[in-house]
Amino acid sequence: MEQFLGWPLVRQVLGRDKLGRGAAAMSQRSRTLEPRTVQADRVVDSVCPFCAVGCAQKVFVKDEKVVQIEGSAASPISRGRLCPKGSASKQLVTSSSRVTKVRYRRPHGTEWEDLDRETALDMIADRVIATRKQFWQWEDEEGRRTRRTLGIASLGGAALDNEENYLMKKLYTAMGAIQIENQARI
Amino acid sequence: MPGLGTSFGRGGATTSLQDLQNADCILIEGSNMAEAHPVGFQWVMEAKRRGATIIHVDPRFTRTSAVSDLHVPIRAGSDIAFLGGLVNQVLSNDLDFREYVVAYTNAANIIDADYQGPDDLDGLFSGFDPETGQYDPISWRYEPPEEMNEEERQRDRELREEADAAGTGQDAKRSHQAARSESHGSGGAPVNWKGLRDETLQHPRCVFQILKRHFARYTPEMVEEVCGIRPEQLHQVAEALTSNSGRERTTAFAYAVGWTHHSTGAQMIRTASILQLLLGNIGRPGGGILALRGHASIQGSTDIPTLFNILPGYLPMPLADHHQSLDEWVRADEGKAGFWGNIRSYAVSLLKSYWGDAATPENDFCFDYLPRLTGDHSTYSTVKGQIEGKVKGYFLVGENPAVGSANGKMQRLGLANLDWLVVRDLQMIESADFWKNGPEIETGELVTEDIGTEVFFMPAANHVEKAGSFTQTQRMLQWRDQAVQPPDDCQSELEFYVDLGNRIREKLAGSTDEMDRPLLDLAWDYPVDEHGEPDAEAVLREINGTGPDGAPLSSYTELKADGSTSCGCWIYCGVFADGVNQARRRKPHWEQDQVASEWGWVWPANRRILYNRASAAPDGTPWSERKRYVWWDAEQGRWTGSDVPDFVVDRAPDHVPADGAKGPDAIGGQDPFVMQTDGKGWLFAPVGVADGPLPAHYEPPESPVHNPVYAQQNNPGRKQLSTPSNPINPSFSDVFPYVFTTYRLTEHHTTGAMSRTLPYLTELQPEPFCEVSPRLAAERGLEHGEWVTIVTARTAIEARVLVTERLRSLRLGEQWVEQVGLPYHWGVNGISKGDSPNDLVNVTMDPNVSIQDKVGTCDIRPGRRPRGPELTAYVEDYRRRAGVDLDNPTDGGTDT
Ligand code: SF4
Repeated sequence: MEQFLGWPLVRQVLGRDKLGRGAAAMSQRSRTLEPRTVQADRVVDSVCPFCAVGCAQKVFVKDEKVVQIEGSAASPISRGRLCPKGSASKQLVTSSSRVTKVRYRRPHGTEWEDLDRETALDMIADRVIATRKQFWQWEDEEGRRTRRTLGIASLGGAALDNEENYLMKKLYTAMGAIQIENQARI
Repeated sequence: MPGLGTSFGRGGATTSLQDLQNADCILIEGSNMAEAHPVGFQWVMEAKRRGATIIHVDPRFTRTSAVSDLHVPIRAGSDIAFLGGLVNQVLSNDLDFREYVVAYTNAANIIDADYQGPDDLDGLFSGFDPETGQYDPISWRYEPPEEMNEEERQRDRELREEADAAGTGQDAKRSHQAARSESHGSGGAPVNWKGLRDETLQHPRCVFQILKRHFARYTPEMVEEVCGIRPEQLHQVAEALTSNSGRERTTAFAYAVGWTHHSTGAQMIRTASILQLLLGNIGRPGGGILALRGHASIQGSTDIPTLFNILPGYLPMPLADHHQSLDEWVRADEGKAGFWGNIRSYAVSLLKSYWGDAATPENDFCFDYLPRLTGDHSTYSTVKGQIEGKVKGYFLVGENPAVGSANGKMQRLGLANLDWLVVRDLQMIESADFWKNGPEIETGELVTEDIGTEVFFMPAANHVEKAGSFTQTQRMLQWRDQAVQPPDDCQSELEFYVDLGNRIREKLAGSTDEMDRPLLDLAWDYPVDEHGEPDAEAVLREINGTGPDGAPLSSYTELKADGSTSCGCWIYCGVFADGVNQARRRKPHWEQDQVASEWGWVWPANRRILYNRASAAPDGTPWSERKRYVWWDAEQGRWTGSDVPDFVVDRAPDHVPADGAKGPDAIGGQDPFVMQTDGKGWLFAPVGVADGPLPAHYEPPESPVHNPVYAQQNNPGRKQLSTPSNPINPSFSDVFPYVFTTYRLTEHHTTGAMSRTLPYLTELQPEPFCEVSPRLAAERGLEHGEWVTIVTARTAIEARVLVTERLRSLRLGEQWVEQVGLPYHWGVNGISKGDSPNDLVNVTMDPNVSIQDKVGTCDIRPGRRPRGPELTAYVEDYRRRAGVDLDNPTDGGTDT
């Protein structure tokens, strides 16, 4: 009988918690549970990476892993709110389909191959140097100085940081590459 | 955007999301704000709670419409006609805010006697060259002063020479347009003189009278014929806007890609700008035009651009035919009234931050190291170049054009024709493995073994794995701290590019080839931490700029043209003022006033509402107590208020600049648009917009409707991409009788790489679908929830169909127009997969910004699409029936 009285439904019917959202739904175990946010080693301020509203986020880190991302109440723009995308952003970090290793496809290849990062970075630098030279142009057809290469293009930037866009444009410009574009035009 | 830039002087949103709460009326058009910018929408709801009227103009009834006071269904792509109809209502009933209009806009300016508009020229403006499809704007200029001073004479001569040169050399003109129109992100187009003004607004050639005549054609009946909007609804909207504008009240506008993604996109924004200027709503609390950007830092990636035609701070990339020295590069703008007149200081400081000590006065500060443009090098032209084998190396950095760009097939054909491709992303996107998973592999149009592209997939760090700043939709920079280290091989772009630069420079070290000097002389010394990550704050300091002593500058007014200062982006100067990362300020909103100036940092100079001098009357007093914001404090001799004044802080309201004053000194006390060369808001754009000084309605390149407004069917200045992989549906075709338009859902993000790969979001929105009206469903036998096939001349895709009254059948005179709505997020990879709606979209671009038109025509049929080679045959059959010739791929020849 005593055990029966302890059942959540009975407690809900007999107790004050008629909606069953508080005390009635608690158990010994749930009373000892803590939100992940409390267990975090540290909380880091961030900004949602999806749309341009720029909602402020709190990133909860435990054992050097992101355990939760929530809205930051302090922001005058978002006042703590996040939409479904911002609320799901922890999975950007933890997604099981995320690719974390360099993948390489050789010309005419039918499958991805492994490649170590150092080698990949070096191969890319070599390709940039070669293509830059191959398509180098000092002058256009009318003899006007252009000092550029038309062989290398780049697309992307709207999802990146200002500091990153700055360095990209700086390096590309020094290379003489001009076909540099991002989502702002798409 | 040149729409805002040419109108006001800067291309950014003029106000903040929070300030929407102060509006008495909000018009949302070209945006489904509640679903696409959900958290920002809380400020619309705050305004509503305070009694504001909310109006939503959109082809679909959405969650934004559901909470608006008024939903006005409109035919996709017809916004200029609707807004033009509102302008006409304001002007023909004398409902403009006359004091504001006379003092702060160019309404009083008299235009050259040679100017003719589309009423005189069958839909064209004067100066059109049918061969190049471009305008020569000389007849749109302000009437030259009767007595010109030496400088004005000189400018007049140059203008004429330039016009002559442009008339003969097509290339010269093309490059001039390609690079110029977008460089008004911060600094309006230059006019050559302030011009004659008639402040009674009676002169027949003054802007106000020209405007009246131009928009007279946009009657309620015309609006109904073009947009499918009933005259009562037009009147309702006009009444709401005008009764909520003036001294005591303000109206705000919000828009998104529903305006930018059109072949007339810049002009849609221009029409809104004209309306807001006439109503006196710019620069005032609860007013303005809020551009709602779609990506975390899309504003930032324009300010500090990864764009072909501009350098940081909207400095134009030099053009081979005009700019072969620093002097030539800055001459068109230097010394003109306003802050853009100091362009030389901004340009030299940028060159110093690029090439450091190597940049000296003797070598023109390395000006010659800058590559020059000769035309349009925008992304779609680049893709055409890839298909033609002219562009061989490609970096894709957090971008997925195989899904996200118009005409996906063209994109993939380009990718398949490269030597090498570097993809930097979080997930295996469709643009990285097109060689084995692309739709063309399925149809046999491409064969894996035949594709020679070498692909490097370089995994990226995400937003919590690196520190840095985003610039959000209102121009606010917000800093993110790093939470954790990126896993395995993942790197930030910062690390990747610093490393790439280091490697290239090492490999070229010792080269004596002049071609390598810009790389070897580059200021590229970025220390890295023990994980190899460069210090992002050090880069932000470089962007902010430093003085001769190496200390951070606090304002762009400190920049010098003598090489003693360096600054990576002049409009961001001040973000590191006092050596403090101002973008990292996070004072909670409850400890600040409503403007919250101590949260983040907003360019320029932390000004939250732009042009806020206009929040006061010409004499410097607030227009009203209710709309008090920034005003002149006569005792202190300063502008003051709740925001940083967007004005010369001690310039008295009655100040009249001395004759011959230059730059900021030439700004009068009643010139609130401090980046414009005449200090005024532009109702009429005498220069700076490629397709006309005033907006005119033209039909999308593919349309079932004959343009009711002018004989000219399409935007005469639109950029076409004629290639066999970009065929265009003929307009008025029975084969492609319906209009389609694309849009976003709350639960997905652009191409889906960051959302279709996440279980939470995929569960919420698991598969692609399209929306049609019950009338269209009946006409084509489509059943709710079943598969349908949607076809254009590019390809056919399949999706489930949602039959719903949210999509209205529109009646245009005798004609019914049906619209198909397509959320565009899908592709073949990820957890939630499907055909890409962007594969249906053609590439025809706005001449100002080279952005494509997302509206087109299509057919829709019940059932799934054919598979494999049968798909190609199916689409080919459509093309044949519609008379589309792949060998001669132009638009459907609908120009009359
Ligand atoms: S939480 Fe939603 S509304 Fe806020 S920035 Fe992220 S995507 Fe935009």
